[in-house]
Amino acid sequence: MTTTTGADAAIGGTASAGLSAGAGGAGGPAGAEGAEAADAALRPHAEDAFAHELAALAAADDRPRPERWRLSPWAVSTYLLGGTLPDGTAITPKYVGPRRIVEVAVATLATDRALLLLGVPGTAKTWVSEHLAAAVSGDSTLLVQGTAGTPEEAIRYGWNYAQLLAAGPSRKALVPSPVMRAMAEGMTARVEELTRIPADVQDSLITVLSEKTLPIAELGEEVQAVRGFNVIATANDRDRGVNELSSALRRRFNTVVLPLPASPEDEVGIVTQRVAQIGASLRLPPVPEAVDEIRRVVTVFRELRDGQTADGRTKVKSPSGTLSTAEAISVVTGGLALAAHFGDGVLRASDVAAGIQSAVVRDPAADGVVWQEYLETVVRERDGWKDLYRACREISA
Amino acid sequence: MRVTEEAYASEGFAGEGAAGVEQEAAGHGAGGAAGGAAGRGAEHVGGRAGVVEGERAVVGAAEERGPGGAQAAAAVEPLLLGVRHHGPGSARGVAAALAAYRPRVVLIEGPPEADAIVGLAGDEDMRPPVALLAHAVDEPARAGFWPLAHFSPEWVAIRWALSHGVPVRFIDLPAAHTLAMAGAELPAPGGPGADGDPDPGSAAPGEEAAGPGGGDGPEGAGRAAPDPEALRIDPLAVLADAAGYDDPERWWEDAIEHRMPRRPAAGEVPDGGDAAAPFAALGEAMGALRERYGDGGHDRDLVREAHMRLRLREARREFDGQVAVVCGAWHVPALRARAAVTADRRLLKGLPKVKTEVAWVPWTHRRLARQSGYGAGIDSPGWYAHLFEAPDRPIERWLIKVADLLRGEGRTVSSAHVIEAVRLATALATMRGRPLAGLAETLDAVRAVMCDGSEVPLALVADRLVVGDALGEVPESAPAVPLQRDLARTQRALRLKPAAEERELQLDLRKETDAGRSRLLHRLRLLGVDWGVPAASRASTGTFRETWSLRWEPDLSVRVVEAALWGTTVLAAATAKAEYEAAQAGSLAQVTALAEQCLLAELTDALPVAMQALADRAALDTDVGHLAQALPALARSVRYGDVRGTETAALAEVATGLADRICVGLPAACAGLDADGAQEMRTHVDAVHAAVALLDPGPAAEGAGAGGGAKPGAGGLRGRWAAALRVLGSRDAVPGLIRGRAVRLLLDGGRMPAAEAERVMGLALSHAVPPADAAAWVEGFLGGDGGMLLVHDDRLLALVDGWLTGLSGDAFTDVLPLLRRTFAEYEPGARRAIGELVRRGAAAAGPAEPDGLPGFADEVDAARAAAVLPTLRALLGTEEGRQ
Repeated sequence: MTTTTGADAAIGGTASAGLSAGAGGAGGPAGAEGAEAADAALRPHAEDAFAHELAALAAADDRPRPERWRLSPWAVSTYLLGGTLPDGTAITPKYVGPRRIVEVAVATLATDRALLLLGVPGTAKTWVSEHLAAAVSGDSTLLVQGTAGTPEEAIRYGWNYAQLLAAGPSRKALVPSPVMRAMAEGMTARVEELTRIPADVQDSLITVLSEKTLPIAELGEEVQAVRGFNVIATANDRDRGVNELSSALRRRFNTVVLPLPASPEDEVGIVTQRVAQIGASLRLPPVPEAVDEIRRVVTVFRELRDGQTADGRTKVKSPSGTLSTAEAISVVTGGLALAAHFGDGVLRASDVAAGIQSAVVRDPAADGVVWQEYLETVVRERDGWKDLYRACREISA
Repeated sequence: MRVTEEAYASEGFAGEGAAGVEQEAAGHGAGGAAGGAAGRGAEHVGGRAGVVEGERAVVGAAEERGPGGAQAAAAVEPLLLGVRHHGPGSARGVAAALAAYRPRVVLIEGPPEADAIVGLAGDEDMRPPVALLAHAVDEPARAGFWPLAHFSPEWVAIRWALSHGVPVRFIDLPAAHTLAMAGAELPAPGGPGADGDPDPGSAAPGEEAAGPGGGDGPEGAGRAAPDPEALRIDPLAVLADAAGYDDPERWWEDAIEHRMPRRPAAGEVPDGGDAAAPFAALGEAMGALRERYGDGGHDRDLVREAHMRLRLREARREFDGQVAVVCGAWHVPALRARAAVTADRRLLKGLPKVKTEVAWVPWTHRRLARQSGYGAGIDSPGWYAHLFEAPDRPIERWLIKVADLLRGEGRTVSSAHVIEAVRLATALATMRGRPLAGLAETLDAVRAVMCDGSEVPLALVADRLVVGDALGEVPESAPAVPLQRDLARTQRALRLKPAAEERELQLDLRKETDAGRSRLLHRLRLLGVDWGVPAASRASTGTFRETWSLRWEPDLSVRVVEAALWGTTVLAAATAKAEYEAAQAGSLAQVTALAEQCLLAELTDALPVAMQALADRAALDTDVGHLAQALPALARSVRYGDVRGTETAALAEVATGLADRICVGLPAACAGLDADGAQEMRTHVDAVHAAVALLDPGPAAEGAGAGGGAKPGAGGLRGRWAAALRVLGSRDAVPGLIRGRAVRLLLDGGRMPAAEAERVMGLALSHAVPPADAAAWVEGFLGGDGGMLLVHDDRLLALVDGWLTGLSGDAFTDVLPLLRRTFAEYEPGARRAIGELVRRGAAAAGPAEPDGLPGFADEVDAARAAAVLPTLRALLGTEEGRQ
């Protein structure tokens, strides 16, 4: 494992002189944005952090492996879902969610199809893709970060212009993209936020995925993908202002939608944990007993999202916003700040009411009615929710 | 499951056979363990069976030299085909085994009463899915269904027997007993479906509600009786658990269905040994289970199996043992056990009995499916039908079917998609360690490859293909359905004879018989049997009266037969139909009408379903117009409920919820309407206003003094409605017509003081307001009351007068049509009075009343009120009146 990373770093080093979207140095992810670099420096890659688990799995794994796979499909799904190996090594679950999702994703990669992970923000798309790449290829760093400014070079190849001017076009002057390197080495390439990439750049993936070759017109050569090459892309399916995938490209992916947390308890747990982390990093004074209020926020979000009340008895309209777990986290964090700085130090309904409303009412006309209806038909009737009802009414009045 | 083990392990049935004194020897004769040597290709069968029972046979052989020894002639082992009801693999296995073994009689788990009509199964017009229906003659609500699809092993066996001229016999406990025992368990059998169970399947609480379709397992784990359920073991779950599966269905598919022989190619003679092998293995597994768990909590099985054994003995004697039995795998060990005849007879002695009849009824795939609640208990009849029909390559063919369906719905699905889906499904099956991709794998593949990960198109696939739309047919020569009987019985009880000539029927709902008649007619109407049609009431407008026009057309009998699909009694059928329609109804108004019908027909069980559908539709409907249309009927229903004594709390709750939604959504819905839209919305506003008054009969004048300051949300529904009206009245984007109407409704309801109304009117009729808009406001405010307001309120009259006279000539011409429409509605007397008032210049007079309701003084005028009293007394018949 470590040798692989080292080799990669070496390759990355030669490439680092290239374009911004090329591979970063020292195994860093492709995007050269400061945030990305900081992220990488702060936390180790999946294949390093869980190296012992991967090694134990590889040792225990006696099932057939697709060519250039580090593990068998079965072991990859065990790595993601967790379990205990015969030798007693405990594999921590990386993804908490339906088993089916992981199995379909791994089977997709095993059948040589590209995998598209869809989901609203905060559903662990990137996390799953990183761990899949780490388990399958032992390297999660062949990454293209999709942005509105991602150039074609990020997916195909760029040039080292000093070399190009000095010696003319040659393989030495070529700066391969992560995708190109993955093709040449039979690795898994990752494309983050595929739908943020401009449509014409997206489409350069079509040849890669269908013909499995990347022609280099300037040299009259091509890079052919070797067995083991595959692409995992992630995309946001409810975000506004994205570049829809062309059907030609879409057809080349198997799509797996990552769901929002299945049970309220899971979601409350996720929100509580993240809020505590963010609160600590923002140096907010600790606020005790916020769990009940968090539970309420999560309940409101879940009910509006699901279109029915938690008891399953009443339907409600869903607003246009996504109301993801990530938004619930920011509502609670905002509420905590209010409570800590302006309130009595206890998170109360009035602290979160404004946040909830602004998360729900994105489109003043349609969502306003949805929110009012929800207040009148659900919140007003619920035991112990009078304070929230009053707080929300005060804001909308 | 664990609890069950402990509870039942101790009282197992295993000891029963050994305790028998008189052993039946029909089985093996002297060579018990050796298995039958005779019988067309049955060696393997017998041999395997012999191994299975090895040790028991040794015990048996020793005792068989007893009195039964004489019958050793019947030396052939019967072919015991333990199946899973509705299992396509089982069905295929049964077909192969029957073809190889060629028995002289086929015994099937089912009510023996059906022996008489089993011949109909061979009829050309008989198309599965159908169900055998057994019901008590006097009480059609007590019924049991044995659904059969064309992929059911039982059906395959019946068809094989009929086409080979082999007799078919049903060997289960007669329905006469099961239905009687079911009745004994009922708390109060009373009327048809006394506790109103809407599901004809479970209306027979007998275990046969799930019948051979016991679905989950060889013997239904999904049976209808509620409580003992928890104590019964699900044999499949135990086996699956032992094999490390969490889902018994999947285990069964992997271990049994997928291993059953494929349909033999044409001309190929199936090998008898292979055909029966899976059954033998399964029998062995079940034998082990039965040894461990006894009857596993299925206590009535002992009686049933005793009966099956007796019938099996008869058949073996009669046909030299060349007998095939098709029954739930669970029963196989019991049939193989050598129980004493006397013990079996003793078990069967003294069972309650009831006169029963059997009939074939058409069935549907949807009812076979578990989710419809009809209890036959399989998730995916469409998938099973496909597995049974597909000659080869079931996965590929299935995915092509799916692709076809999705293409028909306008999704682009190419052959490339199908190829990728097949690859993914196969890879998934390998990963999950299954021998063949099953339904779960194919659906996962369809979702990921063809549906872009979305559940929406997948739901369509699940509904149309996995469940399927197949509808069975029954030949016309089939015997009468119980619904007819129930109808006839009810008609007798209510003294309401069907007659061809038309006649009118007046009903007084306060009388029990008349109420019953009304219910019957309403229920029949729901079922599409329009025997009676409601007619306009001439005598009285009271809500306790109904007028019907009755006429029995001959084709109504046919409709009754068609309606038999829904249930065995009028009540059950109407309930099932109403529930179905509630689920199907497209628009909110349809559901509301249905809810009203449910109330009228007193379908207490269907009402909650309709209410739920209504609440769901209302919650998702964004058109306030629809909501407003639905509300009046609901409010009426709440009122009706009081007359009929029906529980309407749920209804009132839904209606209030609906009204709340209208209050919230109305202001937005009224913005930016054109003239026609405004007219329509105005009628809605009026209707909702009336409905709100019905729903919340709070003190009408409450808050009159509070004026515009009344807090929104205060004062119950009326308060919230008033708040909504106030918003309507003050918002400029709302058309003048509706604004005027809202102000008027507030004024009439005492929610707005007259002074405030005057101010608002002055605002609406200001010069800055376009004349057309002002005229519309006037129409909304003044229209529809016959002109009394203007006659009585001088200030308002003065305002209108001032506005009118201030209009320019052109503007006046523009608004004239509107004004004419408003004033033309007035009573001629009122028009004259207004005209006179204007001419007199009364408009200049001082304010009439400072506050309160217009047209009323502050104090009651005692003298004038007293003048009414004598008449009132006479009307009420009080003593003073008589004096």
